[in-house]
Amino acid sequence: MTQPSPSFFKAVLAIARKDLAAEFRSRELLSAMLVFSMLVILIFNFALELNVDIRRTVTAGVLWTTFAFAGTLGLNRSMAVEKDRGCMDGLLLAPVDRSVIFFGKAISNLVFMLVVEAIVIPLYAMLYNETRIFQLEFIGVLLLGSIGYIAVGTLLSAMSVQTRTRDVLLPILLFPVAVPVLLASVKASGAIVAGLPFKDYVTPLNLLIVYDVIFIAVSYMIFDFVVEE
Amino acid sequence: MQQKPILLTILDVLSIIGLGAATYFALVFAPTEAVMGNVQRVFYFHVGTAWVGLIGFVLAALAGIVYLITKDAKWDRFEVAAVEVSAMFFFITIVLGSIWARPAWNTWWTWDPRLTTAAVTELVYIAYFMLRAGIEDPEKRARFGAVYALLGGLSAPITFMVIRLFRTIHPVVVGNGNPEAQGGFDMTGSMLTAMFVALGAFTVFFINLMWHRIRLGALEEKVEQIKLKVSM
Repeated sequence: MTQPSPSFFKAVLAIARKDLAAEFRSRELLSAMLVFSMLVILIFNFALELNVDIRRTVTAGVLWTTFAFAGTLGLNRSMAVEKDRGCMDGLLLAPVDRSVIFFGKAISNLVFMLVVEAIVIPLYAMLYNETRIFQLEFIGVLLLGSIGYIAVGTLLSAMSVQTRTRDVLLPILLFPVAVPVLLASVKASGAIVAGLPFKDYVTPLNLLIVYDVIFIAVSYMIFDFVVEE
Repeated sequence: MQQKPILLTILDVLSIIGLGAATYFALVFAPTEAVMGNVQRVFYFHVGTAWVGLIGFVLAALAGIVYLITKDAKWDRFEVAAVEVSAMFFFITIVLGSIWARPAWNTWWTWDPRLTTAAVTELVYIAYFMLRAGIEDPEKRARFGAVYALLGGLSAPITFMVIRLFRTIHPVVVGNGNPEAQGGFDMTGSMLTAMFVALGAFTVFFINLMWHRIRLGALEEKVEQIKLKVSM
C-alpha cells in the first residue's frame, strides 16, 4: 500500500465527483431515497400515532430508522451501477490504490445520505412542529452516525453486489454490524431532543466516534480483499 | 480414505465422560440454591455453553484475519468450524438462559445488554451463512467470509457497550456484582466446583467438535476435487 499523497486525495475526489455528477444529472437515486423516506415517515405516523406525547420520546428513533432504510437503498444502487455495466473493472484498472475507490464511493454515498437528511429533517420539523431537531449537537450526531453507517455500508455493499442474492443481502449483512451506530445515534439524538445536558449523552457520542474511527480504518485496510478478482 | 486420528477418538470419549460428569455435578453434587431452588442448576450449563460460544466467536474473527494474510484454505475451514460450533452453543445458551429467566425474572426475554448482544451475534452468524451461500467461487466465499467474521467480531464488543447504556438486570456472579441485578446469588465452594467442571467439560467438547468440523471441511474439499476429476 502506498503512502497517501496529494494525488491520492485528488483521485478520491475525482471518483466522488464522477458519482455526484452522474447522480445530479439523472437524480434516480436521490429521488428514490427521498420518496422512500417520506413514505416511511408516513407509515410511522399512523403506526405509532405520532402525537405530541409520543413524539417527544420517539422522534430520534423514527428519523434514524428512516435514514437507515433509505441508506441501504442508496448503498445498493450506487454499487449496482458500478457492477452492471462493468464500470467497477474500469475503476480497478485505474493506476491508483484500491482504497481510493473505497473513499471515493464512501464520500459520494455520504453526500447522498446527507442530502436526504437535509431535506427530510426540515420536512419532519414542519410536519410536526418539532424545532428541537435544529440544534448544532443534533446535526453533529447525525453527521457522526451517517459517517459510521456509510463506512461499513460501502464496504458491505461492495461485497453483497458480488453475490447471487445481491440487493436482498445488504440489509441482512449491514444491520447486525451497524447496530452500535444506530443505537448510539438514537440514544444521543434522543437525549438532545429531550433537552438533557451534555454529560447525559457524552458516552454514546464517544462510542459513535470510536466506532467511526475503527470501522473507517478497518474498511480502508480490507477493501482490497473485497474487490480483488 | 483418511484414517480417523486416535487422539480424536480419545477426545470423543473424553467429551462424553466430561459431559456426563458435568451433568452429575450440576444435578446432584451442587447444593440446591436457597431462593431459586432447582432451576438455578441450569446455570452451570448456561455458563459452560456461553463460554465456548464466546471462544468460538473470537477464534472465528482471528481466523478471518489469518486467512486474509495467508490465503491458506485451512484457515477458512477453521473459521467456518468456529462459526458453526459457536452459533450452536450461543443458541443453546440463549435457550437455557430463557428457561432460567422465566421463573427468576418472570419473563422469557428482556432487552438486556448480554441478551441483546447474544441475539445480535446470532444474527451476524445467520448473515454470515447467507453471505457464504450466495457465492459459488470457493476462494471468494472464503475471502468474504473472513471479512465478515472480522467485522462481526469488531462490532460485537461495541454493541455490548452501547446497549449497556440502557438498563441491565442480568446478574454478574463472577467478579463485581451489579447492584440492580435480579436473581443473583453467592456461590458456595461446591457450586464453584460444579461450574468449573462444566466449563472444563464444555471446553473439551468444543475442541472435539471443532476438530470434527475441520476434518469434515477437509473431506468435503477432497470430494469436491474428486468430482471435478471424474467429470473431466
